[in-house]
Amino acid sequence: MIARRRDAALMPLLRQIGCATMAATLALAPPTTAQGRPPADYANVQLPDPAKEAEATALMATLRCLVCQGQAIIDSDADMAGDMRSLVRQRIAAGESANEVRDWLIARYGDYVTYDPPVSPVTLPLWLAPIVLLAFGVWIARASFRRRNR
Amino acid sequence: MIAEAGLVALWLAASLAAMQLALAALAVRRSDDILAAAVRPVAIVQGGLALLAMAALIRVFLTSDMSVALVVANSHSAKPWLYKFAGAWGNHEGSMLLWVTILGVAGGAVAFLERRIAERTLTATLGAQAAIALGFYAFLLFASNPFARLTNSPADGQGLNPLLQDPGLAFHPPTLYAGYVGLSVAFSFAVGALVTRDVGPAFARAMRPWVLAAWVFLTIGITAGSYWAYYELGWGGWWFWDPVENASLMPWLAATALLHSVSVLATRDGLRAWTVMLAVVAFSMSMLGTFLVRSGILTSVHAFAVDPERGTFILILLAIYIGGALALFATRIGLVRAGNTFELVSREGSLVANNLLLSVILGIVLIGTFYPILAAAMGTQLSVGPPFFEKAAGPIALVLVAVMAAGPLLRWRRDSARALVKRMTWPIAATGISAVLSIVLAGWFGLLPMLGLALAAGLAVASIVPLFGRNLLRTPMFVYGMVVAHLGIAVSLAGMAASSAFTKETLVAKRIGESASVGPYLVTLRGIRPVIGDNWSALEARLDVQRGNGTGPLLAPQSRFFSNPPTTTSESAILTALDGQLYTVLGQSDGQGRWQLRLWWKPWVTLIWFGGLLIALGGALSILGHWLRDRRQKRRAHEAVEAAAHREAWGA
Repeated sequence: MIARRRDAALMPLLRQIGCATMAATLALAPPTTAQGRPPADYANVQLPDPAKEAEATALMATLRCLVCQGQAIIDSDADMAGDMRSLVRQRIAAGESANEVRDWLIARYGDYVTYDPPVSPVTLPLWLAPIVLLAFGVWIARASFRRRNR
Repeated sequence: MIAEAGLVALWLAASLAAMQLALAALAVRRSDDILAAAVRPVAIVQGGLALLAMAALIRVFLTSDMSVALVVANSHSAKPWLYKFAGAWGNHEGSMLLWVTILGVAGGAVAFLERRIAERTLTATLGAQAAIALGFYAFLLFASNPFARLTNSPADGQGLNPLLQDPGLAFHPPTLYAGYVGLSVAFSFAVGALVTRDVGPAFARAMRPWVLAAWVFLTIGITAGSYWAYYELGWGGWWFWDPVENASLMPWLAATALLHSVSVLATRDGLRAWTVMLAVVAFSMSMLGTFLVRSGILTSVHAFAVDPERGTFILILLAIYIGGALALFATRIGLVRAGNTFELVSREGSLVANNLLLSVILGIVLIGTFYPILAAAMGTQLSVGPPFFEKAAGPIALVLVAVMAAGPLLRWRRDSARALVKRMTWPIAATGISAVLSIVLAGWFGLLPMLGLALAAGLAVASIVPLFGRNLLRTPMFVYGMVVAHLGIAVSLAGMAASSAFTKETLVAKRIGESASVGPYLVTLRGIRPVIGDNWSALEARLDVQRGNGTGPLLAPQSRFFSNPPTTTSESAILTALDGQLYTVLGQSDGQGRWQLRLWWKPWVTLIWFGGLLIALGGALSILGHWLRDRRQKRRAHEAVEAAAHREAWGA
């Protein structure tokens, strides 16, 4: 692995068309705003309540920074990541649960925003893969063993 | 001239690879010893020529020859010496040349060193190695010529991405590539043995040092890369399940399974199909990793030199090699299916479980990594990240740890479960005690980290148990290798569990003179000053660090500005204590005299990389141990022959 790149200007921009369109929509939608302004409240400041902060931190580690090259919002210097951190902390502070905040973000930005893909017909094969692989592996490995009663 | 010389060397190496392939194919087909005898020297010269081409590229980077397009695009004359040198592979063409160079040198080394397997199998192996090399030479010469000249050379180059301007660049790609490409040798051995129907213990013994060496390099490469990302990125993360990270993990998982199964084949003539299949899979994962990193098909924070069209070329090569190997495997299935069987509760049984669980984890990582592409094809944009991998692979990894603890305590062929439980008394006790102790001391901190910590303790004890009751001086070196490597896993696991459960974070904006506390430390911002480097300028914070009543050293995190190309990076400052690390980062100023500071206390985090080094050391000890034993056996055989001749002479 090579160290992570943070400077948005340097990045060869998002390659997949889906990402590009998504980035375009995001550029119009709040909470994204222009660059070069002071960061939003709670973008880089923790919540006073440690329990709420821990909940927010755990959630932020699983949310994708939509303008970065694959970083969670908790690991990014991008303005948009800061805005999203601020939003997550404020909503958690206002008493929403982590799952509610995640659902709200998914409703707004789509499944792309969460690193924890929600179970749906599209992701069902993904979530079933471990069990299927394990069963298939056991079936193959069986051949290596001598039957006890022989 | 140097660039042209490099290009000529590359063309010559490519033609020698073609010759090597043709000679090997003819020699194996006709069982022609004279043709076969030519294959070894050709392979050695081919490796030498590839090395020469790489040396030429390094030379044009060192001299900042701005008439070479690659130097212009990726270097700058003001760059420090080390980064000119390492910058030779900090780009697409150069890194592919490094890849091919290591491939050629590895093939040459096999030709030069290997004397154990049947000559015909070795010839077929070198033929397979040449076939792989040929594809990648073609890729370099037709799609990514590193020596291309510019007609109008500019005054200076565009510089190297500042994040790559780190000693890590000199170290991380070469070790990782050595691991990737070392697996090509395992692949070639497997293909060679399939071609000549020679899949047996001798083949496994010949392949083992290559697998072990590749695995050691991969382990070091991943460990170093993880630490590099950890300190360079400025957010204190050491693994993010990013596609490029997964690209290095997948060959490692396959190689880990392979090195265990190759041991069973070498000592018990079992697991033939597993061994051959894993050798094919391991190198496939290396090529897939190269493809992932080079094509940029998946967005990654670590992708630095990507080009989708070139990715297609690698994908085609990948399809040819894997498809060919699998087709060959299918025609020889009867041969590899045979082999000794054994009972479920036995050393072999635990190694099958090891292969199985590692393969399942590999499958999960593979599917998770590529699933976003699949989903995009179905019209859904989604992200698969840490939560998925932790939930899907975490429990399986913990079961694997339990198997790893039990495996070395089992006897070959058959054993009883009751005897195993008896031998596992101490490890089980250690697991229970550390589970209870950690919860009593730290409270409830999550199931996975708690299990991780408890099993790490159990594994640590279990990994030493094989040494109980042995004469430590007469214990073979490779047993120590296993002990140290398994202990390394335990150490690493403990570090992962502890740092993920107990990390403390403090994000604050402070004026000069103000303090903030994080974990056991009190951090005071003493001042901010400008600093000038070779090709950057920076703002540097001076942080006083205090733990308890003592005083610590001064930490100096920087916010660096590079001009070629214009970039800002955070240089973290890290204080390493015995029980963890204090990680500090300087953020931005709020314009009113306050500076953003990001502080983390990460207990036991260093164990992660220390464990990685132990794992690599274990692999190295194992190579050494097998080598020593081979040498001793050879000497004994020689002495026996001499003694027999002596007896005969006197008896007659």
